[in-house]
Amino acid sequence: MTRETFDRELQRLQDEMLALGSIVEETLGESVNTLKRRDLEASSRLIERDRYINERRFQIESDALILIATQQPMAGDLRIIAAIIEIVAELERIGDYAKGIATINVRIGHQPLIKPLIDIPLMAQKACSMLHRALDSFVRRDVELARSIPAEDDEVDALYNQVYRELMTYIIADPRHIEQANHLLWVAHNLERAADRTINICERVVFTVTGQLAELNRGEEEKETGIESLH
Amino acid sequence: MDKIRVEHLNFYYGDFCALADVSMSIGERQITALIGPSGCGKSTFLRCLNRMNDTIPGARAEGRVLLDGQDIYAPNTDVVALRRRVGMVFQRPNPFPQSVFDNVAFGPRVLGLHRHANLHEIVEQSLRGAVLWDEVKDNLRQDALSLSLGQQQRLCIARAIAVRPEVILMDEPCSALDPIATLEIEELMQQLKEHYTIVIVTHNMQQAARVSDYTGFFWLGKLVEFNETNIIFTRPAEQLTEDYITGRAG
Repeated sequence: MTRETFDRELQRLQDEMLALGSIVEETLGESVNTLKRRDLEASSRLIERDRYINERRFQIESDALILIATQQPMAGDLRIIAAIIEIVAELERIGDYAKGIATINVRIGHQPLIKPLIDIPLMAQKACSMLHRALDSFVRRDVELARSIPAEDDEVDALYNQVYRELMTYIIADPRHIEQANHLLWVAHNLERAADRTINICERVVFTVTGQLAELNRGEEEKETGIESLH
Repeated sequence: MDKIRVEHLNFYYGDFCALADVSMSIGERQITALIGPSGCGKSTFLRCLNRMNDTIPGARAEGRVLLDGQDIYAPNTDVVALRRRVGMVFQRPNPFPQSVFDNVAFGPRVLGLHRHANLHEIVEQSLRGAVLWDEVKDNLRQDALSLSLGQQQRLCIARAIAVRPEVILMDEPCSALDPIATLEIEELMQQLKEHYTIVIVTHNMQQAARVSDYTGFFWLGKLVEFNETNIIFTRPAEQLTEDYITGRAG
């Protein structure tokens, strides 16, 4: 006995989720690129794109619910669909962080940056790479890969702390920097949160394959810095 | 606590082995669902629990089926008493061509229970227990066949519980019913489990998932997997179970 119609729909749902993942990954990377090169128009386009990301997320969620209602999936199939519903929600949130970064670029406007951006683009690269491989682990049902990604969050947190300390020195040196430094701190914060959301995606991959719902070990850095308590 | 313990049960129809080395513990006042494709042995297994297979020529069982620790296949077993303790509801409603009252009163009369209790009380309690009382109380003399199929099945459940059984076996009790009547029986099962141990055979996996506490999956006469229903339908341990409940084997 086969379930060709159902299998086709389930595959389509996964493809849709991955397509959304690609858009979100690209948007997150671009949000920082446009900030770095001060391209306000491109940032405005990214802000517009968020609406499209949200619509696609709702469409996938709606399709997933229809599949549950009409096909009564069980066991592994049910776990895939449940994971998709969770993952698209995480993707949409990451899209919101990208929109936030793009908005900050527009807000900073034509003021020159108070410092060259070095660690922030590194954070973005790292967060995008984590997201890319998290989605890849879903496609390949690769639990080992999914479990290995959260440890990289340490590097993102370390960069965040670095950015934080650096911006504080700018604020202390000249109070006129407060507003922009605060904006840039939010950029770093959004990237740090995007990496955290990616870890949630990794947890859903483990759940899809094993049926185990458990938090994956995040880096130790978070506990040591105390910066987390400021959010 | 286990109401029934099945230990290494084999069952044969002549030379054909219909059940091979099945062991299972059925919890008291729990609903246990048995699922599997046609011919997998689940109905045979159900019928072993009150020796309904005894009447089939050439059929024989090996192993033990313990009801409250007593082997029901022991030579001194009183089969009539056994079937009073372990009642059965069948696929199609099968009321006797009598009134509603007489259908429910049938068992108590045959067993002489009415000498110890008021027959009317037994009938009312049983009909209430099967959530049929409010629909038939004004005309208990009406012909049972004038009831709807869903009502007839609840009447059969009332008839089964009228003799105060401990276990109720249900063999596809909803397969002849429409969706609303099916949901009514499923609701009724949740009420019945406060007092009775229920074992249900069903082809409808969603029904097994909805109503039962434990689920056993049979395949080619073997019990492939037995576990809590919540686990079986979300993360079964066996690939064969996964393939069956996701519709990829069977």
